[in-house]
Amino acid sequence: MPKSKSAYSIPTKKQKPDTYIFVVWVDNEAGVLARVVGLFSGRGYNIESLAVAEVDAVKNISRITIVTTGTPQVIDQIRLQLTKLVPVHKVAEFKREDKDVIFKEMALFKVVGKRNKIQKCLNACKKFNPVILDETKTSAVIQITALRREIDKMNKKLKPLGLISTSRTGAVAMTRGAKIFN
Amino acid sequence: MPKLLTGAEIVFKCLEDQKVEHIFGYPGGAVLPIYDELKNHPSIKHILVRHEQGAGHAAEGYARSSGKPGVVLVTSGPGATNVVTALTDAYMDSVPLVCISGQVPTHLIGTDAFQECDTTGITRPCTKHNWLVKDINDLSKVMHEAFRVATTGRPGPVLIDIPKDIQFAKAKYKKPNKEKKLNGKSHNKFSQDQIDELVKLLSKAKKPIIYSGGGVINSGPKASRALREFVELTGFPITSTLQGLGAYPGNDNQFLGMLGMHGTYEANNAMHDCDLLINIGARFDDRITGKIDEFSPNSKKVHIDIDPSSINKIIKVDLAIVGDVTSVISKINKTIAKRKNGHSKSNKSNIAKWWEQIEKWREKASLNFVNSDESIKPQHAVQRLYELTKNKDTYVTTEVGQHQMWAAQHYKFNKPNRWMTSGGLGTMGYGLPAAVGVQIAHPEKLVIDIAGEASVLMTMQEMSTAVQYNLPIKIFILNNQYMGMVRQWQELLHEKNYSESYSEALPDFMKMAEAYGCKGIKADNPADLDDKIQEMIDYDGPVIFDCHVDPNENCFPMIPSGKPHNQMILGPNDQQENKIKGKGKALV
Repeated sequence: MPKSKSAYSIPTKKQKPDTYIFVVWVDNEAGVLARVVGLFSGRGYNIESLAVAEVDAVKNISRITIVTTGTPQVIDQIRLQLTKLVPVHKVAEFKREDKDVIFKEMALFKVVGKRNKIQKCLNACKKFNPVILDETKTSAVIQITALRREIDKMNKKLKPLGLISTSRTGAVAMTRGAKIFN
Repeated sequence: MPKLLTGAEIVFKCLEDQKVEHIFGYPGGAVLPIYDELKNHPSIKHILVRHEQGAGHAAEGYARSSGKPGVVLVTSGPGATNVVTALTDAYMDSVPLVCISGQVPTHLIGTDAFQECDTTGITRPCTKHNWLVKDINDLSKVMHEAFRVATTGRPGPVLIDIPKDIQFAKAKYKKPNKEKKLNGKSHNKFSQDQIDELVKLLSKAKKPIIYSGGGVINSGPKASRALREFVELTGFPITSTLQGLGAYPGNDNQFLGMLGMHGTYEANNAMHDCDLLINIGARFDDRITGKIDEFSPNSKKVHIDIDPSSINKIIKVDLAIVGDVTSVISKINKTIAKRKNGHSKSNKSNIAKWWEQIEKWREKASLNFVNSDESIKPQHAVQRLYELTKNKDTYVTTEVGQHQMWAAQHYKFNKPNRWMTSGGLGTMGYGLPAAVGVQIAHPEKLVIDIAGEASVLMTMQEMSTAVQYNLPIKIFILNNQYMGMVRQWQELLHEKNYSESYSEALPDFMKMAEAYGCKGIKADNPADLDDKIQEMIDYDGPVIFDCHVDPNENCFPMIPSGKPHNQMILGPNDQQENKIKGKGKALV
C-alpha cells in the first residue's frame, strides 16, 4: 500500500525561481485591479511590488506594472492567465536583468536632524537624483528614483542619519530605444 | 425617438435575441421586476427550482447536453451565494452559463442592506468574467457581451449583477453586435506548419496513443465526427478522460476505456509506455497524470487545446497547437488524406506490435469484479442498467464518488453530450438537478442520474421540481449506506478508521418518493434487478430507484496517489492471483 495518506500527489522537484516584471494594459474600470491581484493571490503567485495608474484617458487604459518571482513555468502561466482576463488588452514580461528595459522606483525619505546630518543624507543619495521636496530647520523630505535594491540599501544607510519615515512606489518600466512593449 | 425600455424588459429582449428558451431560477426581493416581466415573454420558459444551487446545476445539465448556454436567474444575497458552488463547478468543467443576479438598489450598495452581498467580489474567482451594471445604458451591451464571453473560446460561467433600481430604470435597447473583434483574443492560432509537424510525428510513431477530453465535447458534434475520422485514419488507440466520454464510441475496439486514477489497466499502461501522446482537448488533470515526474516518460507530447493557459501548465509538451478542436482535427485529417494520395504507405503496420502489447494488457480485464448471487454488486447494477438502456438514446448524469467511477467504467457512451458529471470540482449533489436540466433540454429522451445515497441527499429537494414539471428523470441510487469513496480511501490509507463516513439515519427512499409524488422502486436482490430496472424505464414519470448494493465494494483499478500510471492496484481477483503467484507481482 502507498505510504502517502493523501488523495493528492506530493510535490516534486522544482525549478529555480527568478524575478520578472509584468506590464499589463487594462481597461480602467471598476474591479479590474481586484481581478488582476485576485488572480495572483488565488493561484498562489507572488507580488513583490505593484504600480498602477491610467495612462490613456481617451481610450480609458490603465497600465499595471507588477514585480513577481516564479519559475519559468509559473511565469508562463501568469502571462497566459492574465491574457485570459476580459479587461486585459496586452501583457508584456521581462526578466529583471533585461538590459533593454529600464525600471525605476521612487522613494520619499523623511529625515529629522541637524543640517549636517541632512546634508550627509543628500550626499549619500547623490547617485539617485535626490530632490528636496520640503525643508525645515530640523527636517527634510528627500525624493530619489532608483532600483529596488538601491532604495533598500539607502533605506538602511540613512537610518542612523535621522531617517524616520520612508514611502516608496512599486516599480515602473519602459523599454530602451525607439521600440515599445508588444 | 426610439422606445425606452425598462431594465427588466431589456433583460428579456436580450434573452430573446440570444435565442434563450429556458431559464432556471428562484425569485426574491431584488429580482422581482424581472420576474414581473416574465409573463410578457411566452417564448422563454422559467423553471422554478427549490434551491439556487439546483438552478445552477440544472443549467449546467441543460448546457452540456444541448451545447447551448444555460441561463440562471437568482436574487441578491443568499440567492447569489447559493449559486456559487454551481458557478465554480461550471468554471472547472468549462460549461457555458449566464447567471443573472439581482442586487440591492445602487444607492444601498455598500451599506450592508437587507440581502446584500458583494456578489461580483464573491464570484470573481469562479467566473470567466462578471459585471455589476450600475448604468442602465450599459445593460444591453453587457448582456450580449456576457453571452459572448460564456460561449466563445474555452466556455465557462459569467455573472451579471443587476441592482433593483436598474431593473426599473429606462433606456434604449441595443441589438447584439455581429462579429465584434475579440479584443485580440482569437482562438485559432495554429499554422499549417504545426499540422505538418504533427503529421510527421504520426507517421514516425511506433507506440502512439490519443488522449481526448472534454474539449472535444465542448467543440460540438462536428469535433466528435472529426475525431472518429482521425482515429480511423491513423489506426491509433484512443483513451478518454472522464469528461471526454462519448466523443469516441465506448464500445469500439480502438477505445481503451477511461484513463487516470480509476482508468483501465490498458489505457494507463499505454499512456506510460507510449512514444507519442496526442492530447486533444484535455488538461493533464492531477487525477489523470498520477506522479508528474514519471508521467509518460518516453513520449513526444502533443497538446491540442483552445486555451493557451492549459498548455505547459502541468506537463511540458513538445508540440502545442492552440485552436478549436474541430478546426484542428479537420485540418489534420485533410493533411493526412492528401499525403496518403501521394504515398499509399500507412503506418498501421508500424504499430501492429503496439496493438499486440495493448491486447496483452487488455487480457487483465481490469474492470472485472467478483459478482454475487446474494447481494447486488454496484458494478453489476451499472452494467445491467447499461444493457437495458443502450438501445435508447440515453442521457446519464452522476453525483460524485464511487458510483460515478463505476458509471464511467461500465456505462459505454457512443455519442457526445450524453454524459454529464462533475469532474473538476467534484460536486456531490450535481447529478439530480443536472438531470432536471437535461430532461428540460430533451423532453422525449431517457435521462438517468446514477447516484449515491449520500450525494443525492444534498440536492434531493429538486425532486419537487421534477414532479412539478413532470420531468420523467430516473434517480438510480447505488445505496451502500456509506460515503463510498471516502470509505474506500479510509480503508486503503487510514487503517480502516471509517471516521464519519457511514450514514446512520438514511431516509426510506420509497417513502421519500411517495412524499414527493413520484414513484419509488427498491431492489436488493440480484435476481429481481433486471425486472426492476425495466419497470423504472417503462414508468412514465420521475422515479427514485433505491438499489441496495454491497456496502464493502471498492472501486478498482486504481492508481494510488503519488504513483505513476504503471503502478496500478487491480481488483480483488487479481490481488488474489498475485498472492498465489508470489513473485509474479514484481512483473506486473
